[in-house]
Amino acid sequence: MHIVVCMKQVPDSAQIRVHPVTNTIMRQGVPTIINPYDLFAIEEALRLRQKFGGAVTILTMGPPSAEDSLRKALTFGADRAVLLTDRFFAGADTLATTYALATAIRKIGVEFGPPHVVFTGKQTIDGDTAQVGPGVAKRLGLMQLTYVSHIDNVDLEAGTIDVERRSEGGVQKLRSKMPCLISVLEGVNEMRIGSLSDALAAARATIIKWSAQDAGVEDITKCGLRGSPTIVKRVFAPKPRAEKAQFIELGDKPGDAFVDELFKRRPKLESELEQLTRGY
Amino acid sequence: MNDTAKAPAAAGRAAAKKELPEHLKAYKHVWVFIEQERGQAHPVSWELMGAGRILADKLGVNLAAVVVGARNEATQAVVRESFNYGADLAYLVADDILTDYRNESYTKAMTDLVNAYQPEILLLGATILGRDLAGSVATTLLTGLTADCTELDVDAEGSLAATRPTFGGSLLCTIFTLNYRPQMATVRPRVMPMPERVEKPIGRVIEHPLGLVEDDIVTKVLSFLPDRDSTKSNLAFADVVVAGGLGLGSPENFQLIRQLASTIGAEFGCSRPLVQKGWVSSDRQIGQTGKTIRPKLYIAAGISGAIQHRVGVEGADYIVAINTDKNAPIFDFAHVGIVTDAVRLLPALTEAFSKRLSPHQRDRLAS
Ligand SMILES: Cc1cc2nc3c(=O)[nH]c(=O)nc-3n(C[C@H](O)[C@H](O)[C@H](O)COP(=O)(O)OP(=O)(O)OC[C@H]3O[C@@H](n4cnc5c(N)ncnc54)[C@H](O)[C@@H]3O)c2cc1C
Repeated sequence: MHIVVCMKQVPDSAQIRVHPVTNTIMRQGVPTIINPYDLFAIEEALRLRQKFGGAVTILTMGPPSAEDSLRKALTFGADRAVLLTDRFFAGADTLATTYALATAIRKIGVEFGPPHVVFTGKQTIDGDTAQVGPGVAKRLGLMQLTYVSHIDNVDLEAGTIDVERRSEGGVQKLRSKMPCLISVLEGVNEMRIGSLSDALAAARATIIKWSAQDAGVEDITKCGLRGSPTIVKRVFAPKPRAEKAQFIELGDKPGDAFVDELFKRRPKLESELEQLTRGY
Repeated sequence: MNDTAKAPAAAGRAAAKKELPEHLKAYKHVWVFIEQERGQAHPVSWELMGAGRILADKLGVNLAAVVVGARNEATQAVVRESFNYGADLAYLVADDILTDYRNESYTKAMTDLVNAYQPEILLLGATILGRDLAGSVATTLLTGLTADCTELDVDAEGSLAATRPTFGGSLLCTIFTLNYRPQMATVRPRVMPMPERVEKPIGRVIEHPLGLVEDDIVTKVLSFLPDRDSTKSNLAFADVVVAGGLGLGSPENFQLIRQLASTIGAEFGCSRPLVQKGWVSSDRQIGQTGKTIRPKLYIAAGISGAIQHRVGVEGADYIVAINTDKNAPIFDFAHVGIVTDAVRLLPALTEAFSKRLSPHQRDRLAS
């Protein structure tokens, strides 16, 4: 079984600071990490390989420094890592990103065998769109299975896959066909700690690096900024609210003082709360 | 990704003149995809009808509701309801194959409709269903899609200006799809206000065939397990919300939040670290990566008010913040601030409210 995982290297958002004056993000020195949502996809891929044999290929598009995250992914036990890196890819929106990733997955199929399953995380913590997975699926004609919480069954002979996926009001159990794209819901598994031998292998591994041309991109105008139908026109800081909070002192009977103060300031709230608590 | 990393570079191209290809100039009108699962319209769709109405009026075009679903009474009811939320007309693809949401059939229905009737703007809810569908539809149509918008407008040239938080929500950016149609955007539930519902007669409904038989669809639904109602939190739609953050110090102290909430008929919520620590379940998280709330009253205890939390609560009518640090950012956007130890104040609030909202008091008010 060949499994491809699309992964993204993102800035560690917990360590992002906003410049107090210019309100711009200070990226300098912010460490990068594997997009946390993608870890669930990597783990799910490794579990499938454990059951059915085969190989896991990790794919990422990003700057040359994204090699760090790919190497990290190899320490968990992935078999190979492909870095799609080219200045032509810079500034890509979701549509241009899916073009590049889909092209590279086709090439991976030619080089290492066509994938049965392509995994993605639910979304990234930086773009937050959850749109790249569906776009890749559409471009490659893969069955699209998003928000998957459990893979119930894989029948390699019949080429079918049964999954549970989160839908708006419940859980859908679906039977679909491979090849498919699965975006994995967060929290559905726990990332393994890689073995020592995997860690050693990862340190020595050669990361496969493809330029747009290497990956088989035929139309460079579909990549990066040029291939992006969306344009960012303006970046700005949110408007601060006109006045700050009014501080209130509550004295030695703080509960009653608060309720009095609240109902004095917002008289309608009293009857609204009355309504809400009716029947309690 | 059009996040801030690329924003400066992208801004350079923004100067590029709009040159909409001739064949795309025929694209007119604003569409809202009315999301329904099993005959239940998702409220975000009506919120989008409100936003779509404003865009359509500015552009001087029609607002159309797009309904896709089983051929039954429930779907018809959703079509009728769309007129009560301001639709000028509705497009309908009704087929029993569409009973359950599946990407293949819904993508086909939507892309066929777009190709046949050519809208300039297409809005969808940024829900599980909407995100699954929007990505496929945009990629099939090879057009731009801006996810999770917090503001929608049209500029002087009639282009959709879609504003969303950039990375981490510290900044906002406005994104355009100048040379492609339709201009697609998704908006998360509760971000737009719910428009007023006005009873109206049903208007023009244009039906379009699905053009698929069940055998054409690869993915089969084996079963559907609806969430038990008791497991669903009504947080996003609650009139009153009480939430706690790391300042509470321990999972035991979070009980104080639950107690106050149940005393005043509120839903309870929390900041993200409490979910990450496993103190509270994830459906209770409020903020950019949790729920957006629009209550009449929001009480936040021990929450610092980081921007990612702020964007989820700014729609609240009245925000009360309890924090030991008078410089906490939450006081920048709360209406009322109390600088004190929440762990000590919360039980006093619970007691005082339960006295005030006592049965005796209630009867007196009701009469
Ligand atoms: C991509 C991304 C997405 C995120 N999404 C969300 C999201 O959806 N929702 C969210 O909430 N956060 C989100 N966050 C996290 C956010 O940045 C903050 O880290 C988080 O909101 C802080 O939680 P907090 O206020 O509970 O904790 P802290 O920031 O640690 O604040 C605790 C506060 O409690 C006060 N305090 C301490 N003791 C007491 C006491 N006894 N009584 C009263 N006050 C006390 C302190 O003064 C302090 O202000 C996100 C972050 C990122 C990077």
